[in-house]
Amino acid sequence: MQVSNNYNVPCSRPRHLALAVAVAAALGSVAAAADTTVTVLRIESSSAEKDYYNEVVAEFEAQNPDINVEFEYLANEAYKTRLPTMLQSSQRPDIYYTWGGEGLRDQVDAGFVRDLTEPMGDGWQDIYPASAVRAFTLDDRVYGAPLYATVVGIWANTALTEQAGVDVDAIKTWEDFENAVVALREAGITPLAVGGQDGWPLHFYWGSLVTRLAGGEGIEAAKHGDNGGFNGEPFVRAGEMLQSLVELDPFQPGFMATSYERASGMFGDGEAAFHVMGDWDYLPSKQRSASGEGVPDEDLRFIPFPTVAGGEGNEQSFGGMNGFAVTRDASDEAVAFLRFLLNAENQRKAAATGIFVPVAEGSAEALETPYARRVAEILDESEFHQVFLDQALGTSVGATINDISGDLAQGVITPQEAAAQVDEAWQFR
Amino acid sequence: MTTLDRTAVPRRGSADRVKKGLVSGKFTALLILLPPALILFSLFVILPLADAIYYSGFSWNGYGAPSDFVGAQNYQRLLDHSVFHTALWNTAKLILVSLLIQMPLALGLALLVYRKTPTNTLFRLVFFLPYILAEVAAGLIWSFVFDGDYGIASSLLNAMGKQPVYVLADHQWAFPAIMTVIVWKYFGFHMMIYIAALQSVPKDLVEAAKLEGAKPRQVALFVQIPLIKHALVVSGFFAIIGSLQIFDIIIPMTNGGPSNSTHTIVTYLYSFGLSRLNIGFGSAAAVVLFVLAIGIAFFYQRTTGKGSKA
Repeated sequence: MQVSNNYNVPCSRPRHLALAVAVAAALGSVAAAADTTVTVLRIESSSAEKDYYNEVVAEFEAQNPDINVEFEYLANEAYKTRLPTMLQSSQRPDIYYTWGGEGLRDQVDAGFVRDLTEPMGDGWQDIYPASAVRAFTLDDRVYGAPLYATVVGIWANTALTEQAGVDVDAIKTWEDFENAVVALREAGITPLAVGGQDGWPLHFYWGSLVTRLAGGEGIEAAKHGDNGGFNGEPFVRAGEMLQSLVELDPFQPGFMATSYERASGMFGDGEAAFHVMGDWDYLPSKQRSASGEGVPDEDLRFIPFPTVAGGEGNEQSFGGMNGFAVTRDASDEAVAFLRFLLNAENQRKAAATGIFVPVAEGSAEALETPYARRVAEILDESEFHQVFLDQALGTSVGATINDISGDLAQGVITPQEAAAQVDEAWQFR
Repeated sequence: MTTLDRTAVPRRGSADRVKKGLVSGKFTALLILLPPALILFSLFVILPLADAIYYSGFSWNGYGAPSDFVGAQNYQRLLDHSVFHTALWNTAKLILVSLLIQMPLALGLALLVYRKTPTNTLFRLVFFLPYILAEVAAGLIWSFVFDGDYGIASSLLNAMGKQPVYVLADHQWAFPAIMTVIVWKYFGFHMMIYIAALQSVPKDLVEAAKLEGAKPRQVALFVQIPLIKHALVVSGFFAIIGSLQIFDIIIPMTNGGPSNSTHTIVTYLYSFGLSRLNIGFGSAAAVVLFVLAIGIAFFYQRTTGKGSKA
């Protein structure tokens, strides 16, 4: 009795079940079709940049009604520390912001990154200069696509330099630069503003000098331990040159307690003649100044970092290469969206809004400000774009480089010790 | 015979006790009440600790499972690292300052304001205020105070016609500045412990001492302080453990700088372990911190425990 009962009841159930499952499946597939969600994780950025992304997303979603794109933002430090955990969790984004280099290599080695070699080879990468793609290429496989490039140069306030009789446009070599610093000091003007507390702004000096002296190839060779590794001659020489600059007392008083934001505002307020900084500082230094106006455009110049005698990298540039990578299990739709976001047309739009200097070739024409066009020129003329050393060499070595740059600027270690510390960090990374 | 009896009795007794326990519900209570604490403790203390010990044997950047076993190399690097030596010494300085400056200051103030009067209540509130502030907020506020351009400290110097001092950028003064802030931040907490203890000192003892002609200083030294020794022991324990944990005041003030000269063990662990994604190395630092904390706590309990018995 019981057995037959038991047998009968399930017999009637499957029909309901089957129906329910079919309905649910149908609903589910409809829902799935309407809702392939692509999540993008980006470091906190300006509201203008967020508006730009919203616009691109709206356009993409209009063309692909079945795909839903969501941007999420995390503050800089939080992003760096949380990304490893997020990549290993089920919360991993489909697309995330990256600087390429060794940081990306760690993620690739751990198997979290989708190989983009195929779609990039299919005409996608042709719109970018080779140096931009190289920043995301590891062992001949491409793991990311570039969004924009930044260049470190010298922001100059000609109203101040003229008082000291310094011709900004004539600063070509490191000696010219040091002479300008001396002249400014004699005229009672603070030559350089720097945000020493943050570390990385001082790394711009050491890193730029290393790039000038060793060039991209020299840095690559040091990574393989050739020519003495990071103990090699150019790395020690960069420290010596930084120290000879420091002996001229070039920075504002208490520069080790100044943040990047403050230094940027100080330059905007005309409290220092130069600010060795990335091209992105154009608007921020205006916004952070007391007046909100910053250095008026007619007094503002952006010049390339000076060349050094006998340097291997005098024709190269130093800065950032920022882009996006796709995580391992992300859908093809995610790749499609990334390709759309970074296509030539959207890069031109970004150029027109002036939020950054996009990398796609031809997009520079749409740049509005002379500064952005100058950056595009520098990048265009550059033989090789060396990515920031604190990013290209990975988090740990990068932090050491920031530390030694600060130590050199305060004269508490010798150039040899600085180079040895970097080499040690590289060995132990 | 007797031995047999002796062994037999407890057995019966223990069985009885278990039965009784079951009946009276003590065992059930144990079954219900013990697991939550035990599970929470193992989940949030024992497991992470075991994890840290395990990770400390690997060179691991946090991606994937740790696979590159390096043995004691992380500990070797840690012990060789000059910044770690600085961090250890700074932590020792914090403990000393807490014990030798902060606690006497708190005790002195407690003796002044422990009686219940309206003015005393006001003073107590003022002294206790810094403790209520969030650590990060306090650190930020003081970083403004010590600022060489706009800070109060340099304005004062300016008014006296002297050059502004960039305290937090100075190798010599950055850490003393941090110690000052830490004393300022936590003395109120210790003061409150002493006040509570002082109020429980029997009044007749104080009266008796006064009748015998003891001056206020003598009353404090020979009557009140000996009677609140237990509170001193507890607050000393908090001061030491608190000093070992200092982190969130230093990050906004100096972030460990200039040139990594103001790290404590915890900020060292954070910047050289977590921020740099050297999880294995950071775990080694965490294990060292744990051993130090346990060692000091154990040593402290033993020595102060003996003292109170004597």
